[in-house]
Amino acid sequence: MSYRPGDRVRVLPSEKPGHVRTPGYLKGKNGWVDSLIGTFPNPEDLAYGLSGLPERHLYKVGFRQADLWDDYDGPAGDYLYAEVYEHWLEPQGGAS
Amino acid sequence: MSVHHAHEEAGARSPYAARIRAIETLLLEKGILTEPEVQDGISYMEARSPANGAKLVARAWVDPEFKALLLSDGKAAASELGMDPEHPAEFVVVENTPGLHNLVVCTLCSCYPRAILGRPPDWYKSFEYRSRAVREPRAVMREFGFEPPKDVEIIVHDSTADVRYMVLPMRPPGTEDVGEEELAQLVTRDSLVGVNVPLASPG
Repeated sequence: MSYRPGDRVRVLPSEKPGHVRTPGYLKGKNGWVDSLIGTFPNPEDLAYGLSGLPERHLYKVGFRQADLWDDYDGPAGDYLYAEVYEHWLEPQGGAS
Repeated sequence: MSVHHAHEEAGARSPYAARIRAIETLLLEKGILTEPEVQDGISYMEARSPANGAKLVARAWVDPEFKALLLSDGKAAASELGMDPEHPAEFVVVENTPGLHNLVVCTLCSCYPRAILGRPPDWYKSFEYRSRAVREPRAVMREFGFEPPKDVEIIVHDSTADVRYMVLPMRPPGTEDVGEEELAQLVTRDSLVGVNVPLASPG
């Protein structure tokens, strides 16, 4: 599925090995879609000499720092953006 | 200057340098790379430096139309100043405002807008910066000499995939009469990553 700005999403807690571009600290965390960055060949396949096709949607996803770290030492307004590929996202509350 | 001489000048005699030299020699011997290609690669990286970022920022400070272009299409803005942002990655410039301060990191490796700014500093690639910038950005900035006020929101950009970020810092107060070239001198590499901000006088 594809997402629109404002959609609430969760990063899949997958343990997929290899050249994944989803950092561990975001796995299982809730955030929101800020925007669609574009479509790109899948870097998880490119890294092993494969074509990376079909291209995947890449989203700019926002996270509240307070949702990432239990002991975050800063104001509640601080947040973080990361680029997350669509196949690493699911709607919050689980896939419908 | 020969390729090897260029490497000697870099001064590295570490095991990593020896390994790189061995890999390079093998690539040359097997005909996968040629000496001119290696030299072109070195020249490409050496032609890029934080001075490019400083030029973009200084122009944006004096020219609102250019600033709008820089924020909406970083590559087009770089091309307009004669820079060649060729690279598959997206180049995105994020703006600091009185209420928002941006910080850039790549937790997974060392993604950096090399096509514009050249090689990243060593600390940017360190495990310490990569792990701490996302977890305690304010403490990291404090160590670089910058204390963002509590009412300024910190936005960390983790370049996890295909976007390379550069920060557009705020023009320092008291520089209203300073010209574009002199303004560019105020823009430090650290301020383009967001660990610090430019001051009204350099140094």
